[in-house]
Amino acid sequence: MALDSKVPSGPISEKWDKYKFDLRVVSPANKRKFHIIVVGTGLAGGSAAASFAELGYRVTAFCYQDSARRAHSIGAQGGINASKNYQNDNDSVYRLFYDTIKGGDFRSREANTYRLAQLSENIIDQCAAQGVPFAREYGGKLANRSFGGALVSRTFYARGATGQQLLLGCYQALSRQIAQGNVELHVRTEMLELVVVDGHAKGIVVRDMVTGEIRSYAADAVVLATGGYSNIFFLSTSAKGCNATAMHRAYKKGALLANPCFTQIHPTCIPVHGDYQSKLTLMSESLRNDGRIWVPKKKDEDRPPNEIPEDERDYYLERKYPSYGNLAPRDISSRSAKEVCDEGRGVGETGVGVYLDFSDAIERLGEDTIRSRYGNLFQMYEKITAENPYEVPMRIYPAPHYTMGGLWVDYNLMSNLPGLFVIGEANFSDHGANRLGASALMQGLADGYFVIPYTIGHYLAGTTPGKVRTDHEEFKKAEEDVKQRVHKLLSIDGNRTVDDFHRHLGRLMWEECGMARNEEGLKKALEEIPKMRQEFWENVKVVGENEELNQCLERAGRVADYLEFAEVMCIDALDRDESCGAHFREEHQTEEGEAVRDDENFAYVSAWEFTEIDKKPILHKEPLEFEEVKPATRSYK
Amino acid sequence: MNLTLYVWRQKDAKDKGYMEKFDAKDISPDMSFLEMLDVVNEELESQGKDPIAFDSDCREGICGMCSLNINGVAHGPERATAACQLHMRHFKDGDTIYIEPWRARAFPVVKDLIVDRSAFDRIIEAGGYISVGTGGAPDANAIPISKDDAETAFDAAACIGCGACVAACKNASAMLFVAAKVSHLVNLPQGKVEAKRRVVNMVAQMDKEGFGNCTNYYECQAACPKEISVKFIAQMNREYLRSLRYKDK
Repeated sequence: MALDSKVPSGPISEKWDKYKFDLRVVSPANKRKFHIIVVGTGLAGGSAAASFAELGYRVTAFCYQDSARRAHSIGAQGGINASKNYQNDNDSVYRLFYDTIKGGDFRSREANTYRLAQLSENIIDQCAAQGVPFAREYGGKLANRSFGGALVSRTFYARGATGQQLLLGCYQALSRQIAQGNVELHVRTEMLELVVVDGHAKGIVVRDMVTGEIRSYAADAVVLATGGYSNIFFLSTSAKGCNATAMHRAYKKGALLANPCFTQIHPTCIPVHGDYQSKLTLMSESLRNDGRIWVPKKKDEDRPPNEIPEDERDYYLERKYPSYGNLAPRDISSRSAKEVCDEGRGVGETGVGVYLDFSDAIERLGEDTIRSRYGNLFQMYEKITAENPYEVPMRIYPAPHYTMGGLWVDYNLMSNLPGLFVIGEANFSDHGANRLGASALMQGLADGYFVIPYTIGHYLAGTTPGKVRTDHEEFKKAEEDVKQRVHKLLSIDGNRTVDDFHRHLGRLMWEECGMARNEEGLKKALEEIPKMRQEFWENVKVVGENEELNQCLERAGRVADYLEFAEVMCIDALDRDESCGAHFREEHQTEEGEAVRDDENFAYVSAWEFTEIDKKPILHKEPLEFEEVKPATRSYK
Repeated sequence: MNLTLYVWRQKDAKDKGYMEKFDAKDISPDMSFLEMLDVVNEELESQGKDPIAFDSDCREGICGMCSLNINGVAHGPERATAACQLHMRHFKDGDTIYIEPWRARAFPVVKDLIVDRSAFDRIIEAGGYISVGTGGAPDANAIPISKDDAETAFDAAACIGCGACVAACKNASAMLFVAAKVSHLVNLPQGKVEAKRRVVNMVAQMDKEGFGNCTNYYECQAACPKEISVKFIAQMNREYLRSLRYKDK
């Protein structure tokens, strides 16, 4: 299969404008004849559904939560990047583009990343018009803060709840379209199958999570905006319900899965404290503006932090990366934390944690200033740990947070299956091997508001509306498959709980395919996963029935998919025999422990095609061509 | 620590419902309240029994999905804390804890501790937005907004839509929720254009959904995990009075 990225020719700054003109457009009178399915109502899905409806398309949207307002985009704290250059600190579209490409360790598609930087400015305008209460200066203009991996101040924010405010803006736009009858929204509904007819995506099969009813929906195009797969690690910063089922079902129906091994481990999260723990809580990257990260120089130190004198502390990020210091990119900061803990210098009861210390900042700026900057985060920290971060340093440790990998899409954000579009975290395209802070919100909204409304028209203009209905045999078959799977899960009646399997898988993935990977570990994981999967299908205990609200069954279906998904993640990590961004292969590092990329052999996107369970997927390569920037060794020193 | 739980069980919307007793054993004080329920549920599942159904998602206090009445208090004993951020260190060994769903006519029970809050969505659909389509927005700095106005708008916009205000109110009034959205938008210049239409339509929908009236007990403010102030209810009342003669065309 030849992968055509459909990246237009011409200078990078003109590609998108020229391409937009070349796209076909559906006439206003014909738009209402086309029906689009959108799965997921986060920033990407919500903005896409609202924008389609405004254009005149008929839209049916789905989410697993009880309201579109709860999608996990809401959890984003710190901010959203845009190259507005309001601070006059020499920011530009090109600089944002370059920082993003470099931050991603030269493993993203240049043209997509440039377009993202271009659209970043429109997003801020759009959101301000919707009434998003961004932080302001006294003169009434918008305020900015700094984030990791950048030397300019380009992050817009709304206290520590930027994601919430952007999502509510988008939810309100969606609500307006629902009220006007242009969008039909199904809440507490989970997509369990993609339906493909004659090679084109034509609909989905869902389960009503209240009644258990299995239903089909047909459309002229299907848009997946279903987020990432960090929950494969069991413990992550994702919401409990986030899952990879929609993505995995599409993969099994022929959509290619790209770079699944690129998973981001966020450096500043509250450390794990017990086996019962259900999720990890992020502490915003913005804390690294004023907090200093350190560990004791001595191994197995048992004095409390305040009694360790200055010269016995190792501010390892400042020591190793003097120019970026505590604002080094996420992958580098996380790996450094792991390194010092592996050396036995970790802190806290478990020895798996490092200090994030505000005492210098409090001394310099006063407690009130720190409170006004980070008050809500300090409060959240105290609630969870019962420690006061104004008095003792925070303890933090990296945790799974975001997945750069996802379904393969071309420049139109369409997968290799015509009619199947993938946007937001669920696709792979813009962040390469590592995402910079405050760029996820930017991508979700760029995709939903400003890219897909144009590109989907181009696809639809070449199709006949309403061609396939749910009485087509492919729908019957897909429904039957879903019913059988559900029935099978409920009939096993084994001895191990769903969460027990999930924790087990999560631990294995964290050990072998987490912050650092090596050939031996990945091979071990690839032996373990099929065994675990076999045991799952023989020994899992799923209680209750299908025809009711059954949270145990919901979780079981997701874990069953993770047990397959984990395998392709490890296969990809094993295939990529280089270190790049968040993918750190221990075999490929400098003496100082920095990642060593291999551009000669691995400057490509790995796109995996599903074959059969227990058989290796087929690798397709999309070569990454850099016309504009020259891949260089990332240096944050 | 060991605890005794009395939990509301209700098979579906039609079922009458009852309180069921459970023992929660070996609970760590560092667990969150929901993790304590996870432990109880995993034990139930391994015995082949139906686990307690409850809503939760982000578990960081921002999505607004969790909705537990704990010992008669919406979101439990800690101020400014959603149930998912409540930790077991606030309870003692040997405590008895009563866990119920939100109780309000407009929030029917779906199962056990899960309620249907779609009435809130319909109120937003009635006007809780600024009518601006995608594209063509002016530069974000074109309209200056004073820092104070932006901060006030944020204070109101912080609402997570959990419904604790309704659950805490003896009238099951949704005034704080509706006022938060009305105030968020009316405190910004972009939101002033549709101010009258918005408040009239949102209040009409609120009444239609069967929420009660406000009688100024301020229980809503006390229960709100985001500490949204009742001053916004006063602001909404002012906005409503101003709009009395407005008729939607």
